[in-house]
Amino acid sequence: MRTLVGIGGSDDSLRALTVALDRAAAAGDDVTVAVVENPDSELSVEAVERRVHEDLDGRGVEAEVRVLRGHPGSRLVEVADSEGFDRIVLGGGETSPLGKITIGSIAEFVLLNANTTVTLVR
Amino acid sequence: MSPDRIYPDDVADEFERPPISFADREDRPVTVRDHEATDEGFESLVEMYVAFDPEDRAQGIPPTGEQQVRDWLEHILTGDCVNVVAVLDDGRRIGHATLVPDVPASQRDSGASENASRSGDGEVAYELAIFVLAAYQGAGIGTSLIRGLLGAGQEQGVEQVWLTVERWNHPAVALYKKVGFETSKTESFELEMSLRLN
Repeated sequence: MRTLVGIGGSDDSLRALTVALDRAAAAGDDVTVAVVENPDSELSVEAVERRVHEDLDGRGVEAEVRVLRGHPGSRLVEVADSEGFDRIVLGGGETSPLGKITIGSIAEFVLLNANTTVTLVR
Repeated sequence: MSPDRIYPDDVADEFERPPISFADREDRPVTVRDHEATDEGFESLVEMYVAFDPEDRAQGIPPTGEQQVRDWLEHILTGDCVNVVAVLDDGRRIGHATLVPDVPASQRDSGASENASRSGDGEVAYELAIFVLAAYQGAGIGTSLIRGLLGAGQEQGVEQVWLTVERWNHPAVALYKKVGFETSKTESFELEMSLRLN
């Protein structure tokens, strides 16, 4: 299985990376990490990229890391569809002050537009 | 969450303060009153939410499972939130409405205003949610409950209130509009609505 993990730097996206790497290690999946420009994230693309590399190095895991510039949702869908990925993995949303789950704009776009299976990590 | 949330220019109507007693459309006597921060008050809400119909959940709340309900209630029944309940004559809770601040009181001042949760003019905004047990829906209780909550909020000086609602939940959207909420954001899965209370 070829998995594309989309990371924009929000807390839920960083959690999704951890879960996706654990899962890939267990299942022998091939993981590509795509760092996207999330306008709602406080971290820069470069900072997110550094965190991803640290995470990979810490686990001793090999994975391709790419930066996708432009509209994050459409770039993820484009890469997944055109490069034969089986699955897109994303953060499953943040919670509001009250505890309501709020799906991020990137996940929303990908869910509605991707041809591949989409996994939202809770 | 969104730092640039839009609120109506005009302040909403003056709402009646709880307690408010009335008979619902099926002639059941109901009282809307402030939540009591006692063990009895807490346990009666746990009981209500454990009995809650899963299909009436919204965006993951109330959570399922008694322990999860307890954890969630601990989080929203704190002193910096506004909580009112709809109660039957025998003390049973059949409805609950809450206002939860974007920034908890413990995190205000001391630089916490940098937090994106604060809206433009420096006021703390409150997120609203309301729940009525299925057997008591459609009888006017929700309307009294939300009015009571907004009355209690006005009394405590709350200025900005917002909520999200699934766009297919027409009864809820109609209720929110009736008490003065205006749609503030339409481009997400959920509709965001807001109200100015004071």
